Amino acid sequence: MNRADSFLDQLGKTVMRNIEEMGKIIMLFFSTVSWMVRPPLKIRDIFKQMEFVGVKSIFVVVLTGGFTGMVMALQGYHGFKMFSAEALVGSTVALGMTRELGPVLTSLMVTARAGSAMTAELGTMKVTEQIDALYVMAANPIKHLIVPRIIAGVLMVPILTIVADFVGILGGYFVGVEILNINPGVFVKNIYKYVELDDIFNGLIKSAFFGLILSLIGCYKGFNTEGGAEGVGKAITEAVVLSSISILVSDYFLTAIMF
Amino acid sequence: MIKLVDLYKSFGDVHVLRGLNLEIEYGKTTSIIGRSGSGKSVLLKHIIGLLKPERGHVFIDDVDVTKLDEKEMNEIRKRFGMLFQGSALFDSMTVGENVAFPLREHSRLKESEIKQIVIDRLRAVGLTGVEDKMPSEMSGGMKKRVGLARAIAMLPEIVLFDEPTTGLDPVMAEAINQLIVETQKNFNLTCIVISHDIHSIYTVSHKVAMLYDGVIVEYGTPDELRASTNPVTIQFLSGNIEGPITIV
Repeated sequence: MNRADSFLDQLGKTVMRNIEEMGKIIMLFFSTVSWMVRPPLKIRDIFKQMEFVGVKSIFVVVLTGGFTGMVMALQGYHGFKMFSAEALVGSTVALGMTRELGPVLTSLMVTARAGSAMTAELGTMKVTEQIDALYVMAANPIKHLIVPRIIAGVLMVPILTIVADFVGILGGYFVGVEILNINPGVFVKNIYKYVELDDIFNGLIKSAFFGLILSLIGCYKGFNTEGGAEGVGKAITEAVVLSSISILVSDYFLTAIMF
Repeated sequence: MIKLVDLYKSFGDVHVLRGLNLEIEYGKTTSIIGRSGSGKSVLLKHIIGLLKPERGHVFIDDVDVTKLDEKEMNEIRKRFGMLFQGSALFDSMTVGENVAFPLREHSRLKESEIKQIVIDRLRAVGLTGVEDKMPSEMSGGMKKRVGLARAIAMLPEIVLFDEPTTGLDPVMAEAINQLIVETQKNFNLTCIVISHDIHSIYTVSHKVAMLYDGVIVEYGTPDELRASTNPVTIQFLSGNIEGPITIV
């Protein structure tokens, strides 16, 4: 086999492996949905995961959202100043946060914090036979472990996005009004004028989808961890990379469809 | 009776089980011995339905469990308990919650009744007042005991032991051996133990099967095994480097 053939062989195998993996993730999604509708729901586990994914991510989301809004106001101001359109800073920050940066940055931060932890926890459970123990006790691991995490991801990422949107706009207001001396009335009036409810709503739909992606991939990678500590580490890296790429790629397509 | 018939299982190019046959009697302790990596755990996982064979059958009371779907298999699994090699206690739960898990999952008992059963099962394995501890606060031997308490929580008919004494000091290993003997007797269990700890096997077993090269090469009482003329069994029991078992 010459080098070109060998390259094509490797490429083909990689593509096939990725397609197979995508198929398995989709199968896991349908399996999760089928367990989601079968009572009883593990309410306690769901709330525990919601607290972990949502409440415990607030600090990092507030920081991210706040500074993103602030830097947007700063950059926007210098740009708009060239056309004497500084008044548009508020609406630009608000549109940017609600449509794009709020959902995407929140999801990326939750991926890094909670998605990776999901993979680590499930991966460790896999290599220490705790998942086998569930099977042996006739308890389905998808119902016990994956359903609560997916529900938490889908519900909490949009809520965190609302927080990020709000804090981001607040950060933009602080920089625009307090530091750059934009008229506060104009700043707020333009937000009302240019930001529509659909912008916020579509941003939240996006973030719910991203929440699904990050929790599904985090659980899938954890569930399929092999080997010891090294395997867990590898699974976490793969989960974070795959989730982040999937969020960014799907963001483009969702934006193209929605806006 | 649990019957394994002509069982074949491979992982890639590695052929682990190659037409294995074995009959396990109820109400007794049967041990399966063999080298590390010889397929003992794989065999155990076939009995409980965690793995499916490429060929062959696993009969539990004349029901071929290799043909069952997940729901039907779960009904069979309710008759089993299993003590894992590393105990496999749920890290996020307390000891009490671990032992109560199968009861909460499969019974309609009141919380007070579950609490009492948890205390009883923990006492049966020699532990008291540990319900609120986390598994991470316990030693390896204590974890094994809790694992056994969880395995017998539902009073199953059959309990599987995966290397119950591996990683324990000799005193704790002997304590676990005695615990297996007592638990088997007190609850009239069918126990299947896999191990390469010869002393443990002699202590707990009514019957012993020697697994080598994917098949059972010897099956009998511990005394019969001691008197075996099979070179594989002789080498394994004596721990000789020279013999048919090669070190790779």
